[in-house]
Amino acid sequence: MSASAETRDARTAPLASRVVRSPHVVALVIVVVLLALGEALSPGFASPQQIMALLVVAALLGIIAAGQTMVIIGGREGIDLSVGAMVSLGALIAGNIMDGQNAAIAQALVLVPVATFMVGLLNGVGVAFLRIPPLVMTLGMAGVIQGGLVVLSRGVPSGRSAPGFSGFLNDAFLFGLPGMLYVWLLVTIVMGLVLARTRFGLRVYAIGTNEQAARLTGAPVRLLRVLLFGLSGGFAGFGGVLVLGYTGTSFISVGDQYMLPSIIAVVIGGTALSGGRGGYLGTVAGAILLTVLQSILITLALPEFGRQMIFGATLLVLLLFYGRERRLQA
Amino acid sequence: MSRPAVGGAAVLSSLRRQTWVLAAIVFVVLFAVNAILQPRLLEPAVMTTTLQTALPLILIAIGQTYVVLAGDIDLSVGSIVSLVNVSVVTLFMAWGDGPLGILGAMAAGIAIGVACGVANGIAVAVLRFQPIVATFATAIVIAGIALWVLPQAGGQAPTPYWRTYMGGLAGIGVVVWITLAALAFVLVFQRSRFYAQLMAVGGQRQAAYQSGLPVMGHRIRAYALSGLFAGLTALCLTAETASGDPLSGQALTLQSVTAVVLGGTALAGGIGGAVGSMIGAVVLILIRNLIFFARLPFEVQALVEGLIILAVLAGGVLMTRRAAR
Repeated sequence: MSASAETRDARTAPLASRVVRSPHVVALVIVVVLLALGEALSPGFASPQQIMALLVVAALLGIIAAGQTMVIIGGREGIDLSVGAMVSLGALIAGNIMDGQNAAIAQALVLVPVATFMVGLLNGVGVAFLRIPPLVMTLGMAGVIQGGLVVLSRGVPSGRSAPGFSGFLNDAFLFGLPGMLYVWLLVTIVMGLVLARTRFGLRVYAIGTNEQAARLTGAPVRLLRVLLFGLSGGFAGFGGVLVLGYTGTSFISVGDQYMLPSIIAVVIGGTALSGGRGGYLGTVAGAILLTVLQSILITLALPEFGRQMIFGATLLVLLLFYGRERRLQA
Repeated sequence: MSRPAVGGAAVLSSLRRQTWVLAAIVFVVLFAVNAILQPRLLEPAVMTTTLQTALPLILIAIGQTYVVLAGDIDLSVGSIVSLVNVSVVTLFMAWGDGPLGILGAMAAGIAIGVACGVANGIAVAVLRFQPIVATFATAIVIAGIALWVLPQAGGQAPTPYWRTYMGGLAGIGVVVWITLAALAFVLVFQRSRFYAQLMAVGGQRQAAYQSGLPVMGHRIRAYALSGLFAGLTALCLTAETASGDPLSGQALTLQSVTAVVLGGTALAGGIGGAVGSMIGAVVLILIRNLIFFARLPFEVQALVEGLIILAVLAGGVLMTRRAAR
């Protein structure tokens, strides 16, 4: 409570407010505290190998949430509830393209994101041109994709990752770090540059802050919005390929577990659901935080109900800092 | 058909302003097609069974409507259903199957639902959490409590309880009576001053606040109503399955939102109504029925269902916008 009061009143406590205003810093501090706590509870929790394993899991969520971050920054209640289904779709198609052959890796890496990008464009058309609220459009689309998955797979799980691809993602690739982390680093750099340094990125913030003003400065608002949903689909599909590589095989609902966490990672990273504010570094920190939190709850060897209750309660505490709406003014 | 007279035109234009008209048209068409594919649908017994399948969704969609009208959303309704379901079954087994025990367990279940709703309302309206993420977080906590109450599906509802629910009263099924009672509540509630203020809170929150409406209190009350209806939903579900399952409500959360939007209520708040949501819920069940009886190949069933729902959702949104003008 006091922390959020500080964010509102920047003049009285400039340093504290600046720190609290960088959600990724706060999230990373919490991560360090959690790691220390985990180490105290179960020695070895914060060992380098263990941290690496956690980061690999966080990378999946972080990459899947990259497009979600942009959709949310783009505003007008932007949200993509179809990412879970898109991940499943990406994993299924990639598994069938690769089917255990190293020669097909490149093909899957290109075709799958393009395919889910196009499905995402359909979301964007519904939102930008038919003016269907994003929540409704993407929820409906998730149902369609899930139906499409049954058709594509004929109800039977099929396809598997190529050994070369899984090896690259999971085993030490360079300086002892697995390839997955380099992929995430690349995504983070590209996202950071695109959002902060390109005209596209600036326009995403502009339409999220004030769509009318953005339109007057000549931004093609509708096309931008279509593109944002396309990118969200593309990132989710790419994430699906990585999920396949990480686990080796896929099943029809493999992506469901990423749907709501992708939104939570964005929000606890300090990106406002009302649009126009935030960034991808926050999402990176949010994804790491969620992953470490889940892992610590597993380490505690709590029964399932205790894990869920603590996880939900912790989310609420984190939301106290960043997930709040403005007070109504008289 | 002759051209509508002046009175007819007035009726038509007032109908066009009703947000649930599209859902009603879709309902009539679906019902007709369903009746052609499955002529037995017109038999009272089969109709009652179909309604019984739809009743949980109807009730939960009514509660969700009030939250959405107030400009919020409740993603925890499914978890509340699960929690009330397992709590009631546990209490049934503790308190025996006498009338007092049964009624006591039912009352406790409703109270749990309302308490969850009030907690959601406080999180959203007082602590100012964003509704989507906040109710998702409370949903996890509530689902955790449900698992604590009953870790695995099991338990048993007393025979008189589910027999009564499946049975009839004055020659008409109990589920029909419950539906009629829910409809009566919705219609009466729509005329209350609280309801009008709730619409204002959702449609013009800033203005509502400035004109002195208790915005915070009304948002909490809307969530409490949602919790109440989630509790009622759980009572019906418990009677239908005659047992407890900590995951029984999960699928209902997103379905309730779908039913509300299908029924012509705008997610932005302030426009729509629970009658539409009731029709929307039945439409969802009829779509599933239709696909089952159309004997489509198994693999394409889910895809066809998804496409129909997306199309009707889009139509519902366009219709709501027209009504809002």
